[in-house]
Amino acid sequence: MSASNAKTSNLIQVEYDDKIVRMFTMATIIWAAIAFLIGVFVAFQIAVWPLNFNTSWMTYGRLRPVHTNANIFAFAGNAIFAGIYHSSQRLLKTRMFSDFLGRVHFWGWQFVIVLAAITIPLGLTQGKEYAELEWPIDILVALVWVVFAINFFGTLLKRNEKHMYVSIWFYIATIITVAVLYIINAISLPVSFTKSYIVYAGIQDVLVQWWYGHNAVAFFLTTPFLGLMYYYLPKAINRPIFSYKLSILHFWSLIFIYIWAGPHHLLNTALPAWLQTLGVIFSVMLWAPSWGGTINGLLTIRGAWHLLRTEPIVKFFVAAITFYGMGTFEGPLLSVKSVNAIGHYTDWIIGHVHAGTLGWNGFLSFAMIYYIIPKMWKTELYSKKLANIHFWLGLLGILLYYLSMLAAGITQSLMWRAMDNNGNLVYPEFIETVIRIIPLFYFRAIGGLLFMVGFLLLFYNIYKTIKLSSHDLKDETVQISATPHTVSLSEHGHRRLEGMAATFTVLALIAILVGSVIEIAPTLSIKKYIKPENKVAAFTPLELEGRDIYIKEGCHNCHTQMIRPIHSEILRYGNASTIEESMYDRPSQWGSKRTGPDLARLGKKYPDLWHYMHMINPRSVIKESIMPGYPWLAKKKTDFFGLRKKISLLHKMGVPYAEKELTDADIIAEVQAYEIAESLKKQGVKEDIADKEIVALIAYLQALGQKGVQ
Amino acid sequence: MTILYIMIPVAIILASFFVYIFLWAVKNEQFDDLETPAHKILIDDWKRKS
Repeated sequence: MSASNAKTSNLIQVEYDDKIVRMFTMATIIWAAIAFLIGVFVAFQIAVWPLNFNTSWMTYGRLRPVHTNANIFAFAGNAIFAGIYHSSQRLLKTRMFSDFLGRVHFWGWQFVIVLAAITIPLGLTQGKEYAELEWPIDILVALVWVVFAINFFGTLLKRNEKHMYVSIWFYIATIITVAVLYIINAISLPVSFTKSYIVYAGIQDVLVQWWYGHNAVAFFLTTPFLGLMYYYLPKAINRPIFSYKLSILHFWSLIFIYIWAGPHHLLNTALPAWLQTLGVIFSVMLWAPSWGGTINGLLTIRGAWHLLRTEPIVKFFVAAITFYGMGTFEGPLLSVKSVNAIGHYTDWIIGHVHAGTLGWNGFLSFAMIYYIIPKMWKTELYSKKLANIHFWLGLLGILLYYLSMLAAGITQSLMWRAMDNNGNLVYPEFIETVIRIIPLFYFRAIGGLLFMVGFLLLFYNIYKTIKLSSHDLKDETVQISATPHTVSLSEHGHRRLEGMAATFTVLALIAILVGSVIEIAPTLSIKKYIKPENKVAAFTPLELEGRDIYIKEGCHNCHTQMIRPIHSEILRYGNASTIEESMYDRPSQWGSKRTGPDLARLGKKYPDLWHYMHMINPRSVIKESIMPGYPWLAKKKTDFFGLRKKISLLHKMGVPYAEKELTDADIIAEVQAYEIAESLKKQGVKEDIADKEIVALIAYLQALGQKGVQ
Repeated sequence: MTILYIMIPVAIILASFFVYIFLWAVKNEQFDDLETPAHKILIDDWKRKS
């Protein structure tokens, strides 16, 4: 086709696939209700420990990842898909590439969510934040994502609008980057169908983990939502975006800068200083493009501010964008090393995250839902008044949540570092710093509760709205003026092929990345930063089993294993952690939150009996502890036999196990367990526990910090 | 730390991929008109009269 021909517009009819939009929108609302409910529940668990019910799958350590996964992947995920399927068809003036792929994408994604909701409470976890899912589910996630990518890029290629609006650019960046990050971070070698070890160890693992973790925020909770903002805000107020030029500028700068901000999750740790500095610089630079989006969003409403009085949707948009602006200012601030020294590991970070997720992702999704539902069900919103109440309840909830967490974080951090004139810690017992902030835990939970009650109003409002609609929901058919981008529409076969070719390029890129990583990663070792004289010994088979139990129970959700080179911290926990100390850790347990104390040098601090009693009932040794009890650990049997496979796999990955440990891993572990159990028996433990999980866990806890050169 | 040998190339590949799309977009006249696209999305397409 000649270029001149391609530029002529012609009138054609397009029928949009609205059913898939309705499906994703409903899924968003249903999963949101569940995700928020679990959120409120885990918030109360921290304030009121009996809510852990001494039941394995009900404990905070296992439910917290259910809450994060449900909100990120179920609620935000489905909201993104609903918005992308709805807006892309209208922006590209064409039906989605394939109805079938859309359905596969929808049901595949819901299936993944259900699997996650079952496996995580069962303790099947990789122990990496926001990447807990075990390897078979990871593969499924990747496949579903590829289906989504094919469907999206296929739509892009058969578009009837030459120009791709800025939202589309954000969607493209999301789809490509999430694929790369998710796959690279999840590469692991399976021990069994339900257990695997990540290929990266220690410092390599934390680096990849936070490269992924931070970009999950960037490319799952930021770029797609900016894309949605750029479509739904102008549509809702019927005004063009303030500056299209600015949108393009901040899009390209945002995606370029975000990818290297990950190390700001590792400031003041054993990570080499130059990498920390790199993370700080990129994080501070991010302020500019982030505020590009904020300013562009808010200024779009110029001249239409009166709508705030009457339109709840506009209220949600304005609050969402404001939270985005505040969050992306606080983020760079927290990335400054000295500020980070105060904020890191505290509830301030939890507040920061929730201002972003509840405020930005939550409110923007609600605005979008209030906009999409009446359009897709061809009716009016049942009650504007209810939507208004929803807004105010939600806003109050977020403010309560954020302020209580900010106060809790700074209070606790200052208590951790408080020293008297003699250079001693003012609060040497960690529990003192916990008791002080418990009232704030209640405020946080109430804030979350208000947010959820507000959401239930949306639920009811939407239910009523849908009931109002007629049952005859035909897909919207419109006349569009097509501006084909390359060839004319008549060439179906060729265009198809061309579409597939470009899609395959994307897939090939992903495949190449994965292939190279799988091949290269295990052969690399941590040479440069590991000093031979500082090398540590590997965990014994029993300790390794205990470590896997530690991960299974989600201990890392509340305990770090990284002592920062800060004076008060060294006084409290011992010498600063080194890179070598975690060199065999898969995944590393540096952690990101200290609801309880750091455990990097816990070993030999307390006798075995103390640990035994502490695990059965923490209140028996620390009267005011808020930790859940783990009585089932004294009942569940240790899987000694499985250790053979684990040890031989880790040996292949470079952990120095002796020949004897490879062949007799289970026997060596049983002997060590017997010794611990015998000594506990002498001290008065009546139960027969040698073959129980609690002994393995005690062995691990006693080994923490004991493996280095003494 | 050697993970950087993977991460830096991956970041560079990703970045160059984005540079490539950016250059393609510029050449494809995607960014020639910075005014009408903002207005264009506001115009709803005509519903077919049935």
